[in-house]
Amino acid sequence: MRVAAAEAGMVGGEAMTAKRIDARARFLPVGDTAFAVEFGDRIDPAINALVHRTAALLAETRPEGMVETVPSFRSLLVHYDPLRTSAKALQELIGALELEDEASRAPARIWRIPVLYGGGAGPDLAEVAAATGLGEAEVIALHAGALYRIYVQGFLPGFAYLGDLPEALDLPRRTSPRVRVPPGSVAIAQRMSGIYPVESPGGWHLIGHTPLRFFDPVQSPPTLFAPGDGVRFVPVGEDAHATIAEAVAQGRYSVAREEGPA
Amino acid sequence: MSARLQILQPGPQTTVQDLGRHGFQAYGVPVCGALDGTALRLANALVGNEAAQAGLEIRLAGPAFEVIGGPARLALAGALASIEVTLGDEMRRYSAWRAIDVPEGARVRVGALVGSGCAVLAFAGGVDVPPVLGSRATDLKGRFGGHEGRALAAGDRLPLGMGESQGPCLELPSPPRASGEVTLRAVPGPQTDAFTDEALNAFFATTYRISHEADRMGMRLEGPPLAFRSGADIVSDGIATGAIQVPGSGLPILLLVDHQTIGGYAKIATVISADLPLAGGLTPGTIIRFQAVTVAEGEEARRARQAEIARLIASLAPVREGPRIDEAALHQANLISGVVTALESS
Repeated sequence: MRVAAAEAGMVGGEAMTAKRIDARARFLPVGDTAFAVEFGDRIDPAINALVHRTAALLAETRPEGMVETVPSFRSLLVHYDPLRTSAKALQELIGALELEDEASRAPARIWRIPVLYGGGAGPDLAEVAAATGLGEAEVIALHAGALYRIYVQGFLPGFAYLGDLPEALDLPRRTSPRVRVPPGSVAIAQRMSGIYPVESPGGWHLIGHTPLRFFDPVQSPPTLFAPGDGVRFVPVGEDAHATIAEAVAQGRYSVAREEGPA
Repeated sequence: MSARLQILQPGPQTTVQDLGRHGFQAYGVPVCGALDGTALRLANALVGNEAAQAGLEIRLAGPAFEVIGGPARLALAGALASIEVTLGDEMRRYSAWRAIDVPEGARVRVGALVGSGCAVLAFAGGVDVPPVLGSRATDLKGRFGGHEGRALAAGDRLPLGMGESQGPCLELPSPPRASGEVTLRAVPGPQTDAFTDEALNAFFATTYRISHEADRMGMRLEGPPLAFRSGADIVSDGIATGAIQVPGSGLPILLLVDHQTIGGYAKIATVISADLPLAGGLTPGTIIRFQAVTVAEGEEARRARQAEIARLIASLAPVREGPRIDEAALHQANLISGVVTALESS
């Protein structure tokens, strides 16, 4: 699978060599059971890759007293048990770990997510078209034409922040958020796209709907996506949407994916 | 066949909780678990359970239920309340902080909580709902875990595990008492640089009131708004329980066990884990203040809290016989003030 050159960005355009984590990040206090390892202050695929690499490194290293880590766009929250270790001890250990120099990698696997755009499935499509000065078909083509990277999962169980949305679709969140967004809603806001995995309040623009399920607490891991995965949206019609919905309900739909470079 | 609970009245919000669902926050799954983890530990110790077994978390007032299919041993911890056990024509009243043996067929009613907004009712053998992602805690927002992912309702049946109900019922001779003034210790950060120096000083110098917008996710605080150096919005990052986030209004929100895993508002400080059980039981209208501590002081406070819990558990002793009533509880609970007089004169 070939990936756009823009995918292979680097922090500040500088070449990186193996460096200690404490030379690349700062530690921020988060009470007596967690601290943040912060690699930057903006949404950037290269910074996000450092976060996920650190999470993977710590999952291998399993420092004594570490409970779990929570990756986000530009920092890693490290939860620990203060009865088994201390922030000072863990930060010394983590700070001395080295991250190998590498350009951000292309996604190892790319999920193909079927989406019925517009109408009742995407009630904000017309508004998005009007606000961006594009036709509805152009909005769909732009949204479905991009390759997205999973930056973070959070906010809701299984909600993935997918970026980057094409600049032409960049809109602020809705001024009045909806009280109830149905699960499966495909939404956009700012430079991100997302899929609501469960019913929830939400302020993003709803442009489509997918019948797929993204969170199942009975499975472990409970979510379809993993960090670093890629996502592509595939427009489908009403009939295909209904057929897929039925297959998902019967547990006989397997999500299509493209394998990326090893 | 072990005992079950047939819920007659659920109370305002009664949920199955344990010490929380750890290890899945990277997937957006919140920790949940008991607001007052100390109460869960002590209630479990009173009925002879392991510390982490699931019990019922009660908010403001307790449920009423019938024990069916066998006897049960239970204990309430975290708040004071009157516990009525009725079998046939006989009704007995018990207090919190002690184990109570309830015969099969008896009805149990837990009254209004006093001294805290939440308490834990533990049962010997634990509440035996199926674990989801390694925990029996109810995730109200995600609608899974606990009993069908929701608060209890009348008509629900809850299975209890097989417990060790041999030996005498235990009580805690000197239960922890709520003090009048509430000070929560908090470590400044992680986004202290988002606030002006005046706001940082004011946060630790002023008092706040718990508003009515308070649930298991968090509590909005009322007080002087805090000023930002660079705005309330940050690039979303991870949230720990106890984090105090400040949205654009400048009014802080203290985040509790059901909080989202990540969020996009600046966080001025984090309440230390030793004080989270106290924070979880605060009710609307309560005046609180925050005291700044370092990370090392927070860790030390947690070790001290752990030692205190161990000391309380070591002090458990067989109940002195006869139904006993905590007078402080009854004096404060208007509903049953008539009963106090009757018992005091006996």
